Amino acid sequence: MKVIRKVPFYMQLPVSILFLLIIMLFAIWYGAADTTLKDVFEAIFQQKGSQYRSVLLELRFPRVIAAFFVGSALAVAGAVMQGVTRNPLADPGLLGVTAGANAALAGTLVFAPAASYYVIIVSCFIGAGIGMILVYGISATVKGGLSPMKLVLAGAAVTGFLQAIADGVGILFNISKDVSMWTSGGLIGTTWQALIGVVPFIVIGLILAMIMSRQLTILSLNEDVAIGLGQNIALVKWILMFVVVLLAGASVALVGNLAFVGLMIPHMVRAFVGTDYRYVIPMCMSFGGSFMVLADFTGRIMNAPFETPVVSIVSVIGLPFFLILVRKGGKAFVA
Amino acid sequence: MSHEKLRTSRKWLFLSMGIYLVLFVVGLSFGASTLSIDRLIPVLFGQGTFKEEFILFSIRLPRILILTLAGAALAMAGAVLQSVTRNDLADPGIIGINSGAGVGITVFYLFAGSKIQHFAYVLPVIAFIGGLLTAICIYFFSFEKGKGIQPVKLVLIGVGFASALSGLMILMISSAERQDVAFISEWLAGSIWGTDWPFIVALFPWLMICIPIIYFKANVLNLLTLSEPTAIGLGVNINKERSILLVVAVALAAAAVSVTGRIGFIGLMGPHIAKRLVGPKHQSFLVITPFIGAILLVLADILAQIIFSSAAVPTGIVVAIIGAPYFLYLLRK
Repeated sequence: MKVIRKVPFYMQLPVSILFLLIIMLFAIWYGAADTTLKDVFEAIFQQKGSQYRSVLLELRFPRVIAAFFVGSALAVAGAVMQGVTRNPLADPGLLGVTAGANAALAGTLVFAPAASYYVIIVSCFIGAGIGMILVYGISATVKGGLSPMKLVLAGAAVTGFLQAIADGVGILFNISKDVSMWTSGGLIGTTWQALIGVVPFIVIGLILAMIMSRQLTILSLNEDVAIGLGQNIALVKWILMFVVVLLAGASVALVGNLAFVGLMIPHMVRAFVGTDYRYVIPMCMSFGGSFMVLADFTGRIMNAPFETPVVSIVSVIGLPFFLILVRKGGKAFVA
Repeated sequence: MSHEKLRTSRKWLFLSMGIYLVLFVVGLSFGASTLSIDRLIPVLFGQGTFKEEFILFSIRLPRILILTLAGAALAMAGAVLQSVTRNDLADPGIIGINSGAGVGITVFYLFAGSKIQHFAYVLPVIAFIGGLLTAICIYFFSFEKGKGIQPVKLVLIGVGFASALSGLMILMISSAERQDVAFISEWLAGSIWGTDWPFIVALFPWLMICIPIIYFKANVLNLLTLSEPTAIGLGVNINKERSILLVVAVALAAAAVSVTGRIGFIGLMGPHIAKRLVGPKHQSFLVITPFIGAILLVLADILAQIIFSSAAVPTGIVVAIIGAPYFLYLLRK
C-alpha cells in the first residue's frame, strides 16, 4: 500500500469529517418514509415539524448516530489490537472478542431476563474480556506465541465455540428470538434509551484510545524499543486491551456480532495517514463511522421496505479485503 | 506393514465397529419417546405396535442412517483434505467448503421454495457445484507461484470465505419469505433436516463412488504428504492427483452437508483420532476413519437429545462445542 501523504493531516481530517456528515445527512434523508430535506431541517432545528417528525426523531436519528458510534468503536478497537499485537489480521470480530460478548449476552438474557440495560452492557464487557483472554491465553501458552496467521485460526475456533454456546443457550431456553434480535438485527430498532446507555462507554473508550495513541505508536514498532524508551509496556498493554474490551463490548450491546470492520478500516486509514496512531485513531473514528452509516443505509434501501442484515453486507464487502491482506502476508502493515 | 501393526489396526477396526453398533442401538432406543432396547428386535421383524413401528422406521432409523453416512463422508473428506493440503487443521467446515455448498442450496431454495423436500436427489449435486466453486477459489488464492499451496494460508483464506459466504446466504435469503429465513438459519446451525428415506438413497451413491476412489489412491495420498519435490521425484503427477482428490473430498463433504446442514469439525476430529490410534499410514487409518466419523456424529446427536431433551438443539452446535477445543489443542502443537 502506498502512503498518500501529499495532503497534510490537518486537511485530511476535515475532509473526512465533511464526507461523514454528508453520508449521515443522506442516511437521515432517505428511507421507507418519503421525507424531504425540509422535513429533516425542521426536525432538527424547530420544535414543530411535519408529519414525519417522529419518524425522523425516533427512528432515523438514533439509528444513524448508533451506526456512527459502532463503526468508529470497532475501527478503533481493530486499530488498537493491530498495534498492540503487531498483527495485521487482528480484529475484534475475528479474534473472539465480539463472540464472547455475544455469548455473555445470551447468558444474561436467560438468567436475568429483567436485567436493565446497564447490566446487559456490563455482561457484554465481561464476555468480551473472556473471549480476548481465551484467545491470547492460548497464544501465551505456546512458546514464543502463535504466529499472526495461527492466532486468527485460534480466534476462529474460539469464535465457533462461543457462538455455539450462544446458539445452544438461545435454543435451549427458547430465547433465540431475543438473542438474535440483538445479534443479527443490526441497528434496526435502536432507541434513544439504548444510545444513552451505550454511547458514554464508547466515548470513554475513544478518548482513552486518543490519550494512549502516542504510547501505542511506540509499542507498535517494537517491544524492545518501547522498553528502551522507558515505557511500562505491561501497564500500557493492559490499558489498551481494556480499551478494546470497552469498545467491542459496547458495540455488541448495540449491534451484535460484526466482523471485518475493525480489520478493514484501520488498513484503509493507514494508506492515507501512515502508521502514526496519533493520526490513525482520529481518522479511524470518522472513516469507521462513515463506513457503518453507509453499510446500514445500504441495508435499509437495498430491498426497501425490508431490511437486509448489515452483518451480511459487511462480511461480503470484507472478504476481498481480507484476501488481499492474507495474500500480502501482512507486508502492507508497515505501509 | 509389520505383523504387529497389522494386528493393532485390525483390533481398532473391530473395536470401532463395536462402539458404533452400541451407539446405533442406543440411538434407536433413545429419544423423545422411548423404545426400550428389548423391543427393538421384535419391532424390526414386524411384531411391534403401530406406534413402535412408526417411531423406529420413520423417525429413528432414517435419522441414524443419515448421521452415519454424513459422519463417514465428512471424516473421509477431512482426511483427504488434510493430506492433500499437508495441513493438519484442514476440515471441510473450517475452510469454507460447507458454506459454499450452503450458498448453492440457498440459490436452489430460492427457486424451489418449500417444495425442496421433493428434490432430494438434486440437492447433493447442487451442493457439490457450490462447494467445488468455493474450493477452486480457495485453492487459487492460496496458491503461490513457485511455492505451491501455502498450508496455513489455505486455512486462513478458507476461514474468510466461510464467514463471507454465510453472510452471502443470509443476504440472498433476506429478500425471500420469512419461513425461508428460518430454514436457512437452521441449516447454518447444523440441524439434521433431511431425515427421511429418500435422502438416504440420495446420499448413499456418493459414498459408494467416492470412498473406493480414496482407498484406491491411498498410496498416492501417502506420497502427497511428503514434500512436493519428493512426491514428484517418486513419480506422482502432483497436480492431476491433487485435483482428483480435491474433487472427491468436496463431493463427499458437499453431499453430506446438503442433507445435514452445516456441520464442522467432524472432518477435523475423525481422521486425527484415527491417526492417533493406528498411525499415519493411509492404508491403515483410512479404514477406520469412516467409523470414527460416524461414531462422533451419532454420539453428538445422542448427547444433544440427552442434554437438551426438551428442545431440538441442532447437532452442529454440540459438535462445535466438542470440536472447537480439539481444534485449539491441535493448533497449539
